[in-house]
Amino acid sequence: MKSLEELKAIREKMQGQVGFRSENEDGTRVVVGMATCGIASGARPVLNELVKQVNDRKLTDVAVTQTGCIGLCQYEPIVEVYKPGEEKVTYVKMTADKAVEVLEKHVLGGTVVEDYTLNKIKL
Amino acid sequence: MLPEISLNVLDIAQNSIKAGATLVEIVVEKKTEEQIMNLMINDDGCGMDEEQLERVIDPFFTSRSTRKIGLGVPFLKQAAEASGGTFRISSEVNVGTRVFASFHTDHIDCMPLGDINSTIFSLVTTNEELNFVYTYRVDQKEFTLDTREIREILGDVSFQNGEVSSFLREYLSENQLEVEQQ
Repeated sequence: MKSLEELKAIREKMQGQVGFRSENEDGTRVVVGMATCGIASGARPVLNELVKQVNDRKLTDVAVTQTGCIGLCQYEPIVEVYKPGEEKVTYVKMTADKAVEVLEKHVLGGTVVEDYTLNKIKL
Repeated sequence: MLPEISLNVLDIAQNSIKAGATLVEIVVEKKTEEQIMNLMINDDGCGMDEEQLERVIDPFFTSRSTRKIGLGVPFLKQAAEASGGTFRISSEVNVGTRVFASFHTDHIDCMPLGDINSTIFSLVTTNEELNFVYTYRVDQKEFTLDTREIREILGDVSFQNGEVSSFLREYLSENQLEVEQQ
């Protein structure tokens, strides 16, 4: 049985490092809709892939969080990107792969992936 | 309908989060001999009064002002009953809500549990201000993931920290495998 002892070792190894929590005010927030509509249309793999990518790339200033239904159920899974000082961008009909693309191009690269945005769909 | 029971768990737990719970307890219990799987989700959130509770199993009811409940509860009830199982929900205002669903796993209409570890992982890593106690039990063997214990070890280190989240994933999958080996 895997125990929490291993976690203690991980924690000890980190002593002295600072800035673990990624919930600082200047960071980017990536929010995934996780209500029934989102979950039914595949939000769980999108959310978990984002968490994984943010870990793997050690992005300490990006926080992945979740929210409820924002009333656009037909466009789920929805991912909202809040970059400090910029307008919120709403991405619709996301998949894990598309979410990675958004992370790379928008969150890291600074260029909105227009094709996946709500604005694009509505036009 | 949601295609996996584990997605129902994720969905029902969202209600607990919306209800302002500080502790959410999730139990998955398999009884191999009887071919039964029980699911319990208990929280200490704001709860519901009798009138709300009666309407909560109605798919066309939602407490939109708080966005607490929608299709989630009816989906789980339907999934349990489709397998010949049972569903119960009880609640008390300012105390919390308890959801119980039982499935006959040998029934042709019983959905698979699915990737329960992904459900627990996403709940735990994206709701760090909440505590979760998850128990997975197969007959006499079980393991528990209690985020209060993990928080105590970690201090202010985020669950989303790379090494921590890898640990959490492995903890869930390795212990699940072990519990399943009878």
